[in-house]
Amino acid sequence: MQPFTSVTGAAAPLLRRDIDTDVIIRIERLTQLRRDQLGPYALEALRGPDFILDQPQFRGAPLLIAGANFGCGSSREGAVWALQGAGLRAVIAPSFGDIFFSNCCQNGVLPVVLQEAEVNELAVQAADGSPITVDLLRNLVIAPDGAAYSFVIDPVRRETLIEGVDELGLTIRRLPEIAKWQQNDRARRPWAIPNSRGFEVLPD
Amino acid sequence: MTQTLFDRIWDQHIVADLGGGWSLLHIDRHLLHDLSGPDALATLAERGLEVSRPDLSFATPDHAVSSSPGRDGSTYDRGETLYRGLKTRARDARIPLFDLGRRGHGIVHVMAPELGITLPGLTLVCGDSHTCTNGALGAIAFGIGTSEVVHVLATQSLRQKKPRQMRITYDGKLKPGVCAKDLALHVIRTLGASAGVGYAIEHAGPGIGALPIEARLTLCNLSVELGSKIAFCGPDQQTVEYLRGRPFAPEGTAFEAAAAEWLSLATDSDARFDREERFDLREVPPTITWGTSPDQAVPIDGVVPDPREHSDEAQRQTWQAALDYIGLAPGARLLGTPVDWVFIGSCANSRLSDLREAAGIAKGRRVAQGVTAWVVPGSVEVKAAAEAEGLADIFRAAGFEWREPGCSMCVAANGETVPSGRRAVSTSNRNFVGRQGPGARTHIASPATAAAAAVAGCIADAREF
Ligand code: SF4
Repeated sequence: MQPFTSVTGAAAPLLRRDIDTDVIIRIERLTQLRRDQLGPYALEALRGPDFILDQPQFRGAPLLIAGANFGCGSSREGAVWALQGAGLRAVIAPSFGDIFFSNCCQNGVLPVVLQEAEVNELAVQAADGSPITVDLLRNLVIAPDGAAYSFVIDPVRRETLIEGVDELGLTIRRLPEIAKWQQNDRARRPWAIPNSRGFEVLPD
Repeated sequence: MTQTLFDRIWDQHIVADLGGGWSLLHIDRHLLHDLSGPDALATLAERGLEVSRPDLSFATPDHAVSSSPGRDGSTYDRGETLYRGLKTRARDARIPLFDLGRRGHGIVHVMAPELGITLPGLTLVCGDSHTCTNGALGAIAFGIGTSEVVHVLATQSLRQKKPRQMRITYDGKLKPGVCAKDLALHVIRTLGASAGVGYAIEHAGPGIGALPIEARLTLCNLSVELGSKIAFCGPDQQTVEYLRGRPFAPEGTAFEAAAAEWLSLATDSDARFDREERFDLREVPPTITWGTSPDQAVPIDGVVPDPREHSDEAQRQTWQAALDYIGLAPGARLLGTPVDWVFIGSCANSRLSDLREAAGIAKGRRVAQGVTAWVVPGSVEVKAAAEAEGLADIFRAAGFEWREPGCSMCVAANGETVPSGRRAVSTSNRNFVGRQGPGARTHIASPATAAAAAVAGCIADAREF
């Protein structure tokens, strides 16, 4: 996973609320393309003559400023891959869909939660393409006028993002611990193992 | 110590405390489907890892397969790679797969409860946001992304931070002609599509006790539309009876012992929640969406709201964009709005009780001219039961298409789309822009409302039938 420390660049404002992951990447693209091919189709459903990511000042912008509940809906991780493929490194919004938030962190994309008024203010200042800095080392978003907005992020998430930690790699080291838990659980909750006779009822 | 049901199940599954509120949680069941399954299994193989517990995993191809009668895995040719990928990789990993046409096959969240794969007190995940449906049986069930799917495949565990907890308490009973879908939409409309973000929701109270299990499945299904990845109902005697005799549930004395344990998982009477809400079921009207977010909904006899009512600029823009897409004007009545398509199906509403409800309206009537109406049962099991009790005949006689189980037009990943600019009443759970196909205009409603729209040719009040 690509580590995230600090990113400075243009921030495209897209202030609508509840932009869902179906809108971020269409299902059709997910079934037909590989994860590294999704970038050109990010937010395709919103594309039109004045689509924000096509404006000259926002081509290849590393930041997106969005309305509340960004990334709600489907769990498709392709939504993050598409945004990432389009060059985005962080999204700033008043709130995020839970699964999308976690998917961002799994891929080194930083979801930044700020107050609605702060998000709106940043959107105004960023409209002409003036650069914004998102600094995870200091938990700050720096606006073009120099104002600094601090944000809160879970310390474990923060650490993982800064280090670019591979969670799976960490958990693999705990496989013996997991096996031991499972062994104890067999005695504790014998019913929690699926009834293997189910397959006799539903023959293969 | 005072505990909630959620605390109890959570604590039972902690393999290791990772600090800072994070735990390594054991995952008791993992469901896989054709959309997110093949890629995750391929990634696992690329990393040189194996599936840790194939016996706790179950797969079903549901998203990208055709629902047309007589279909097979290649009928929708653009989904064939996903179908074959899931099948081959599941076989190689020794993960059981319920194949098309075989007993057990169905939409992932319809088949798992129905087979007794989902049980109270378990943790269950799937690379799909509507995994919360399974919480209706008293499990902690949630949707995850592909990276987490790979993590579960390799380790049968997940790193999770414990969420905040919300309880929604329900009193009374639903009025005749009002069902669980109306209730879910009413709750979402009242609280908003992001009210549940960051919370695990317990749907509780006497109102839930009075709801049949299939209705609870619908309510928990739409909890992700409220913003929550986790929602559940405490297991009760109805849950126990629902599970008795299901293929993968325990049997005999093991079942009785398990049932006693399930019933003991309840939330303590003095437990505290981070947020509490309350609804009276008697006040729930039949509800339908007018826009492109599930909280943009009104009672069936309501009118489309005016974006100018909103003081907030972002909200105004959001509503205006929704109206532009859906092609309705502020103040327009929903009742009488002409409809081109009706879709009865999806993990929200494709179980037997849903089909009965729709068939009750369809019986002895005809689908209006110009309307295409589909019924897509949620599983092979539902399909067989509906055929046995004559529901399929009722639908066919009325001019509905009776199709094969799968997600179908809920997400249109199988090419089954509502044509651009056409208006659909759908029993699925998402009215997002382009969800049922680019330009498709979706109104989410109950099976009864959908059937009423099919025969009336416009949005109609099922209570008047
Ligand atoms: S029926 Fe719809 S919501 Fe349910 S799993 Fe399938 S695509 Fe997702």
